[in-house]
Parts: sequence; structure tokens; C-alpha cells
Amino acid sequence: MLGKTAGGLYWMFRFLERAENTARLIEAGFRIALTRSTDAQSEWKSVIVTSAAQMAYEAKHDSYDSAQVTDFLLRAPDNPSSVLTVTKLARDNARLVRTALTTEVWSAVNETWMLFHELLKEPVPETDLPEVLTAIRQQSALVRGALHGTMLRNDIYDFCRLGTFIERTDNTARIIDVKYHSLLPSPSHVGSRIDNVQWETILRSVSAHRSFRWVAEGEFAAASIASFLILDGRMPRSLSFCTGQIVENLGHLADDYGDRTDAHKMADTLRARIKGRDISAIFDEGLHEFLSSIQRDTNALGAQIEQDYRFIG
Amino acid sequence: MTSAKQPFDEMLTPDGARGPYRGYERWFAQQDTTRLARKSDEAEAFFRRTGITFNVYGQDAAEERLIPFDLVPRILSSREWTKLHKGIEQRVRSINAFLYDIYNRQEILRARVVPRDLIANNDAFLPQMIDFCPPGGVYTHIVGTDIVRTGEDEFFVLEDNARTPSGVSYMLENRETMLQMFPELFSKTRVQRVSDYPKSLRRSLEASAPPGCEGRPCVAVLTPGIHNSAYYEHSFLADQMGVELVEGHDLRVVDGHIAMRTTRGYKVIDVLYRRVDDDFLDPLTFNPVSMLGVPGIMDVYRAGNITITNAPGTGVSDDKAIYSYMPDIVQFYTGEKAILKNVETHRCSDPQSLKYVLDNLADLVVKEVHGSGGYGMLVGPTASKAEIAAFAEKLKKRPGNYIAQPTLSLSTVPIFTDAGLSPRHVDLRPFALVSPNGVEITPGGLTRVALTEGSLVVNSSQGGGTKDTWVLED
Repeated sequence: MLGKTAGGLYWMFRFLERAENTARLIEAGFRIALTRSTDAQSEWKSVIVTSAAQMAYEAKHDSYDSAQVTDFLLRAPDNPSSVLTVTKLARDNARLVRTALTTEVWSAVNETWMLFHELLKEPVPETDLPEVLTAIRQQSALVRGALHGTMLRNDIYDFCRLGTFIERTDNTARIIDVKYHSLLPSPSHVGSRIDNVQWETILRSVSAHRSFRWVAEGEFAAASIASFLILDGRMPRSLSFCTGQIVENLGHLADDYGDRTDAHKMADTLRARIKGRDISAIFDEGLHEFLSSIQRDTNALGAQIEQDYRFIG
Repeated sequence: MTSAKQPFDEMLTPDGARGPYRGYERWFAQQDTTRLARKSDEAEAFFRRTGITFNVYGQDAAEERLIPFDLVPRILSSREWTKLHKGIEQRVRSINAFLYDIYNRQEILRARVVPRDLIANNDAFLPQMIDFCPPGGVYTHIVGTDIVRTGEDEFFVLEDNARTPSGVSYMLENRETMLQMFPELFSKTRVQRVSDYPKSLRRSLEASAPPGCEGRPCVAVLTPGIHNSAYYEHSFLADQMGVELVEGHDLRVVDGHIAMRTTRGYKVIDVLYRRVDDDFLDPLTFNPVSMLGVPGIMDVYRAGNITITNAPGTGVSDDKAIYSYMPDIVQFYTGEKAILKNVETHRCSDPQSLKYVLDNLADLVVKEVHGSGGYGMLVGPTASKAEIAAFAEKLKKRPGNYIAQPTLSLSTVPIFTDAGLSPRHVDLRPFALVSPNGVEITPGGLTRVALTEGSLVVNSSQGGGTKDTWVLED
């Protein structure tokens, strides 16, 4: 496979994952804004911070108004992570690697772009927002379904999956990091109204508010939420799950190519920092420090993969 | 334009449908037109979803357009096709012989059959190709000969397109679309297959590999990238052949060969089907600011370590002034009369012809000798007085830059409209593959159709559409 193609696949799936994550962040923020209007501004601000767009946003706006934030996250051409921007990038990458994709995957991505292009032509009025966010989630499911259902399990698939999970690891780490203070074990805060809002946002941002209820049997506590998002290997957006997938997909590449690279070593190290750990040990290490280093190491791993597999000349 | 004479319609005559169309006409008469209209919309949605689009130069870069597809096929009998086939084969063999000759001994110039200054003043002539012979003496491996028809047995070659013909993906996708929309048509009518084209293309490219190549040759398609107007076709062909689609920055010279950067290191390419113009091919040899090519590829090529298809410098024969000599060129290299006729062509470089052209601009089509894609031409009969006057000035300034042809009464084939069948002018671009092993021509080709009633301009860049083209079995 061409190095450029591997890079195109990897970035295509990073961007698709990013579009989905941004939509999920908006959904969580929107819900909080509707149900607890006094917290709305600060919630929207943390949404912007989570999507790493604070500078770009504040260059344009001086308040965290609901309509402005959603428009910025959905459509703004000067927001490198807006749904529209990253969908366009995903589709450009798909065109670039078209010979490596099945017709189903290509059509799903192309259709997604055509649909978003249409849906996001104008600012989305609040009344239409739920519908648009649903459409974004459905399109992501469509692309994912096409990928799982039609692609050969070879190096092409591995690069797609690596893109997805590098992006997702970074995303989940950032979501927790922005609100890490609300997850710290501090007896005086437990069960306070503030924390409940924060926890709900976090769980909704990773579409886990429902599954967490089942796992925790209704017991909401900071440590168990942190443990769920970081350490629970059953939860498809947890750091444990994502890093496990990265190691696995890199492993397939090593088998395929008969060669382990520096990226493999880095992935193993990253995985070891999560797998089998105890949440209290992570709290002792410092939750914020832990999450920052996970983000740093994930990005370094992404760069190493690009280099080892010659994405660019 | 409205010609005095009714144009020849390939389907309908006053006495009913012509032979090749009889079966189709019977089928069509039984169809519910609302169903057909729905099918037509479905086809468009399919093309858009599949991304069978092209970018139009001079428009917003994000603008991707569809080439409209008409669901009425253009049908040729096998007898009609046999003649075209022979004529095209003769012509592409002659063009290859011509290209070899002008880059080597230049016999045809010595014999004064073609004037020397047509070569000397030709921008597409590459001195780097002098005294070099590509494998098997093949210069143009993929040819798309444009053919027009004016009557039952009147076929003319309009352009040879030996440089980088495009459109073959539409030939294939149009057939696929028809098979999906109207499977019942194909079980009734025996239509010769076109779907082997990608396989033939790969075989033909492999057969053109450098003689030193060991094992199965590695083929790749070189594209300028996703913003090129024909990117869809480049990726389609690479995909259908099962070979890599590369860009200049994927390639570099490694140990005297061209190699592509893969996830596992550099891999040598033996045959490069390039869809990048000569000028951008090698910044060390040609345009120094080109980002699309590969520095040093011309040296590798001249050392015989890669085959570039079509060969650099092939564009000489696409020059419209050279075209006007094509019957003589065929005669010179084959000793035979050209089977396919040329359209009568006035070379404006000749003062006599220039005077005639200027006096008759309103009736002529005037083209730039190096132009293509329907840009920069004048269609006299549909041009305004002011346009004609402005063009006359350009013509007088650089007469050698132009040729003129009579406006032919192009044949028509009906298209499907809301009001039923309606005749539109068409042309035909069959695709020929040339390798040291011989010439192979896919039966049919791409039929382009002018969608505007009476219009003679079929180019997709100017709003033309396409049809599936059938060659019937005997």
C-alpha cells in the first residue's frame, strides 16, 4: 500500500470520529443548556475548551451564547474541528484513497458529505438542532457499518481503525480533563448539584449516561465515573478500550508486515499506563497530570505511526 | 444551428426505425414514460452518490458537476463498427509510425509530405525525445479518436486525441448504469461487451514494460490529484485495474528507477500510465515549478528503466494543423488510402485559405491548432456578428494558430425528454489500446451528445451529456 494511502485512511477516520465527537459534545451542551439555563454559559465554554477551539472561538465571539457556539461547532469554516470542516476533510481523504475503499464505504462517506453540506448550508435553528444532530450520528453509524460489513481485514482496515482510536483516545482524555476537578474524590462535594451537572455532561459527551447507570447500578460517585471512563474495558470510548484497540491493530500490522516498529513500543507503554491500574493509584498520581500525559503520548504515538508507515515523504 | 438539410438521424427515418434500432424502438414504444423519467432521476442520484463527477475549470474549486446521462442508447450495427474498427486501427498505427519517424529519421519531412515548420514550431514537439525509441516503438498507447457522422456511410475523424484522451470511465459507467436500469434490454438484444476494458488496459500496459523488466511488471496511474477535472476517472481506472494511483510526491528516483513510497518502503514501478501533461512531468526537464511530476523521471525514461504512457512528446500529432495532413500520413506509412475520412480543413497559415476563412466565418468552425475541450473556438453559424468580428481580429493577428472546418451536419440520436424522444447531435469517441503486441479497440466508445436542441457542441465542459453506446453482435 502507498504510504500516502495509509495516511489518507488514517486521517479520514480521525476526521470522521472527530465529527461524531463534536456532534456529541453539542448534544450534551445543548441538553444542559435546556435543562439548567443558569449553567449554560459555562457549560458551552467547557464544550469549546474540550473541542480545543477556545482560541479560534474567542477570536470571533466574546460570549458563550448557545446559538453562536453551536454554529461555530457545526459550521464555522474557520473552526478546524467544525463538523462541516472535518466532514469535508474526511471526504477529501476518501477521494484520495478511493481505490482502497469498498464502494459501500466510499458511498457512505460521500453521501454523508452531501447531506451535511445541505443540512448545514444555513445556521441551524434551535428547533431543528435535535434532528440535525441525529442525522450526524446516523451517518457516522452508516459509515462504521459499511466499514465493518464490507472491508477486508487487512492493513487498509488497520489504518482506518488506528485513526479512529487515536482520535477517540485523545477525545475521551480531553473530555475528562476539562472536568477533572469535578471527578476528584472530595467528600464535601459529593452529590452536590454542581457535580451532578458536571457528571451528566461528561457521561453524555461519551454517550455513556445510560450504560453507566447499568454498570454502576444507579450509584453515582466521582471515582466510579472516572474509573468507568478510564479503566473499563467494556466501554467503547474508555481509554482502556481505545488503547487496547490501538495495540491490537498495530499488532495486526506487525503480523502482516513481519516487522515491529517504534510505534509498537510506544503503544505498549501507553497501554501499560492504563491496563490493570487502580483508579486510586491514578488519583494519587494526579488525575490532571495523568490525563495530560495520556494526551501527549497519544499524539506522539500518532506522529510515530505517520513516520513508521511513511504517510508523508 | 439550423441546417438547410435535415440532419441524418441514426434512429428514426421517415420509414420507421433504422435497422440497428428496431428492437430498441419496439421496447421503447411499450414503456411507460413516467417510469422512464423516474429511472432517469435515479441514474442521476446514482452518479452523484458514486461521485462520478468532474470539476470544471474556471469555476469554484468545490464545484463538482455531473455529466448528464441520457438513457436512450446510441446503437451501431456490427457492420458499421467493423469499418470504424479498421479505420481507427489504421490510423493509430500510422500515428505511432509518424511519431517514431519525426523523433528519429524524419523521413516524412524529407519527403516533404509534411512541412518541416509544422514540427519545428510545434510546442508539443520535445527535443528530449529525439533519437529515443520507446518499447515496441509505441508512443500513443491509449487513443480516443473523435468520430462524427453525417450520413448512412459518412464517418469522419474530427480529432485524434493521441495525447491523454479521457472519458473511458463514462463509457464503462454508462453501460453499468444501463445494465442496472434496464436488464431486460440486454437479455433481448445482444450487445458487445465493454467491461473488459480495464483488464485489456492493464494487459496492454504490462506488454509495454521496458525490456529489462523482470517478473510481472508493476503498473501505476499518475494523477495530478483530487482537484483535477478527471480525478474520478484516474481513480476509477486504477481501481478497476487493481494498481496504485500515485501522485508526484509519492514517487522518487531510487537506484535509477522510479519507485513509489509504500508503507513498507520504496517499490519500483515499470509502467506509469500518467494523466499529467508533458509540461508537468519532470521539473528538472520541463516546467521547473511543477509540483505534479517527478524530478529526474525523464532520465530514468531515456535510460529505458520505465515506460511512460502515453510517451512524452506524443501531443505533436494532436495538433490540428498536423491533423489536416493525416490522410497523407496514413498513405505515407501504410501505402494504403485512409479508410476514415478527415473533415475538410483550411489551414489559416496559408494566405489563400485565410482569405477564404475570413470571407466565410459565419459558416465555419474555427479552432486553435493546440486547443482542446471546446475552449477558444468559434462556431460561426451560432456566433453573433460582434463575436465573429472579434474572432476575425484574433485570426488576422495569428493566422498560423488556427484552422477552419465547415460546420458539418452532424448526425442525431434522440434523447429522452419530458416531451418524449427528441433528436440531438452526437459524436463518438472509441478507445484504442496500442502495445507492442498489437491494437485492441473496445467495441463502441463514448457517445457525447449536445443536450441543447440544435447545438453542435458536445464537450462535457460546455454542457454536453453522454449516452451508452452499443455495438450489436452479428
